[in-house]
Amino acid sequence: MDVPLSWYLLLSAALFSLGVIGFLIKRNLITVFMSIELMLNAVNLSFVTFAHQWHAVRGQIFVFFVMTVAAAEAAVGLAIIIAIFRARNTLAVDRIDLMKL
Amino acid sequence: MHLILFLIFAGCCLAGAINLLLQTHPINSALSLVVVMTSLAVLYLLLGAEFLAAAQIIVYSGAVMVLFVFVVMLLNAGREERTLGSRAARAVGLPSVVVLLGVLVTTILRIQGLGAAALSQGLTPTEELSRVLFHELLLPFEVTSVLILIAILGAVALARQEGSERTAAK
Amino acid sequence: MNAPLHLWLIPLLPFAGFLLNGILGRRLPKVLTTAIGLLLPLASFGLVLNAARSITGFGSSVPLPAAESFPFSWISVGTLHIDFNLVLDQLSLVMLLIITGVGFLIHVYSVGYMHDDAGYARYFSYLNLFLFFMTTLVLAGNVLLMFVGWEGVGLASYLLIGFWFEKTSAADAGKKAFIANRIGDFGFLIGIFLLLGNFGTLTFSDIAAKLAAMPGWTGGILTAICLCLLVGATGKSAQLPLYVWLPDAMEGPTPVSALIHAATMVTAGVYMISRTHFLFDRSPYALGAVAIVGAATAFFAATMGLMQNDIKRVLAYSTMSQLGYMFLACGVAAYSAAIFHLMTHAFFKALLFLAAGSVIHAMGGEQDMRKMGGLRKKLPVTFWTMTAAVFAISGFFPFAGFFSKDAILYAAFLQGTGGKILWFVGLVTALLTAIYMFRLWYMTFFGETRSHDVHPHEAPLSMLIPLVILGALAVCGGWIGIERISDYLAPVTGPRNAPPVTGHLELWLSILAVAVAAEGWLIADKYYRRKPERPAQLAAALPGTYDLIANKYYVDELYGAIFVKPLLAFSRYILGWVVDTGILGGAAWLLGGTATLGGAVLQRWQSGNLRSYAAWLALGAAALLIAAVAVHSGWALSFQSVSSHFTLKAAGH
Repeated sequence: MDVPLSWYLLLSAALFSLGVIGFLIKRNLITVFMSIELMLNAVNLSFVTFAHQWHAVRGQIFVFFVMTVAAAEAAVGLAIIIAIFRARNTLAVDRIDLMKL
Repeated sequence: MHLILFLIFAGCCLAGAINLLLQTHPINSALSLVVVMTSLAVLYLLLGAEFLAAAQIIVYSGAVMVLFVFVVMLLNAGREERTLGSRAARAVGLPSVVVLLGVLVTTILRIQGLGAAALSQGLTPTEELSRVLFHELLLPFEVTSVLILIAILGAVALARQEGSERTAAK
Repeated sequence: MNAPLHLWLIPLLPFAGFLLNGILGRRLPKVLTTAIGLLLPLASFGLVLNAARSITGFGSSVPLPAAESFPFSWISVGTLHIDFNLVLDQLSLVMLLIITGVGFLIHVYSVGYMHDDAGYARYFSYLNLFLFFMTTLVLAGNVLLMFVGWEGVGLASYLLIGFWFEKTSAADAGKKAFIANRIGDFGFLIGIFLLLGNFGTLTFSDIAAKLAAMPGWTGGILTAICLCLLVGATGKSAQLPLYVWLPDAMEGPTPVSALIHAATMVTAGVYMISRTHFLFDRSPYALGAVAIVGAATAFFAATMGLMQNDIKRVLAYSTMSQLGYMFLACGVAAYSAAIFHLMTHAFFKALLFLAAGSVIHAMGGEQDMRKMGGLRKKLPVTFWTMTAAVFAISGFFPFAGFFSKDAILYAAFLQGTGGKILWFVGLVTALLTAIYMFRLWYMTFFGETRSHDVHPHEAPLSMLIPLVILGALAVCGGWIGIERISDYLAPVTGPRNAPPVTGHLELWLSILAVAVAAEGWLIADKYYRRKPERPAQLAAALPGTYDLIANKYYVDELYGAIFVKPLLAFSRYILGWVVDTGILGGAAWLLGGTATLGGAVLQRWQSGNLRSYAAWLALGAAALLIAAVAVHSGWALSFQSVSSHFTLKAAGH
């Protein structure tokens, strides 16, 4: 039984929205960051789906690059979170609202 | 067969994502995210991207999420406190998300000409992947490697403690 | 062989003097300042003499009018072309001789008079500036260039009246002069616009030619033009109703009063009317208006001069009165008589002012005649030259004023019934003139010395020499005779309007005028020398009349109430509060307030709160998405075209 590709796309849209909701409502900085990762993954799924649709390898290559960049971003972002935690001693998003550390 | 597999693992994705939102302790959220990523890997496999499925498991679940867990452990992040909310987030953000989701869904449902995925369709050979990557997209590949190098340097620079602080803490 | 006349140098040499003394004067030694201030006008005078010589046939003769133009044009718009063209003809030559000649004498006088003043260099630079503008006015070949000179002499007058600007009364007087002049200039401007509209050109010769081509064109618009020009002339020449500035202008240094407010600037109105006489000749109403204004001013001013106690004020009102005579002459189309009187008046009025200046200088600054007296023995040169001037202005034979005043009265008498009325007014004014001039003479030089703490001494030589020269001119300046003057000026001002009907009429009128003047002398003698207590008794007997005239008919107060107070109130309350503070200030406040308010509102957006930033990001993303989707018409996405494009590319590998 074939699965229509639109279902994959719908799943991707749902995951993306859940990621945005998480970004908006979570109060822990690390959890917010995880929501961002969720958004990236949703987009990856969408890319793979279209790559399958058109038999274009480039879609998968793009996912490859997204993964790489997301990994790098995660590394740097978490380092920043550690630096913030050292300065503020809190991970609550609402408490970190000044630029000056 | 395909359908059943899809339904199971799509359900896992959604469940994991919703659980990420509902949990209060970041470690639980992290573990939920691991579940999401693994399910996504299976879905990639269903779509014929075998290399990507492997990469997803190795890189995302195996490296990035481990990094997250390590940071949670390092910072000893506890349960979330109830802090002041943000009126803007509630008033502006949530309707925007709804609009976003609505537009996306509507657009997706109106697309004509999308095909379907089936297990009978073959996997994308890795050889083809590598050929495109190392021939036409060689420059982005190299640039990305530089990017990773910079990221490593940045992470090390940001996260290390000042010398005096360390001795003082000791 | 015609030597070039270099007309353009005549104005420009004094202008160079203005610049040099104005910019460098204070740093130069006084000798150098004086040299610049004197030599440049003298050079101008020399050029004028050269022009006179070459024209009257003592050398090569240049036909008049001689015109020169600067090589670049001023205004060239469509069919309108206005250039800097200078025209020398008989009329402007006469004026130039007066301006540069008498002007130079007054410059020499000023060296002595202003010797101790701190603003010495500034004084000479302003005086030279005045010469520049006055010569431009007289040499101008078109109305616009004349207007430049016109305005410029008003400026110079303002600067010189308010020369001692630290004194409030002087500064106010300068302002008053300029404003009154400006009102007249407005009329002049309207006249220029009407001229331009009706003739399409502003050059005097062109306008005259156009008029000559249409002999039947009289009245109507020409009357309007002439009346507008008359308004300008009344402002500049201190006639009714714009005369109020001239008595106050006596706040300036006495040589300034002599030059500007006696000999030259105030005569600009008369010159202007004579120059545009071809317009006035076409409009009997305008001529009548000129004559009436002139006669009324002459009488009016003479009555006021009778009651003044400041020696310079008497002379100021006397100037107004004599200018009234000149306007009267123009009004009866006896333009050459007006110019003749202008010339003799320049001589004796300048002399009167300079002599008064010598008296004031001797009295240590005192100007009130009631404090003078018995100066006859102590200031002999001043006394004798002033005597010559007093006789000249009263119109005694054979002094200068007799010939010119007589010519005017004779021309007026011949103009029908209205003319006879004007003649009578002129005669009465002559009586009053004699009275107040001799009153001045007696109060200043005769009788007991009324102030004992000053020790008057004669003026220095630089002041006396001009007095003597002008005194000689006051005696013999009129001997050239009206016939020769009008014949000379005929190419410019038209033929003399008085046919020699019967030689005896003129003779009888002259004798009557002299008799009237003699009567005036006797009256003055009685009231101010033999029985000096009589004037006070007369004043006590007629208090109302005395107050009215002594307060100059309250005209200044009248103008103040009608014009000045409402204008000030308007400026202060409506323009000041409503417009300036309210509208403009309010607009500025509104603008600033909007910016501040906007900033305060927008500031709250930058809260630093991560979640609100995220929310706005989400909103932006949603909006962009909607926009992108809506761009595709009707929300219908067809993948066929897109996919076919893609498969083509994919097949290309």
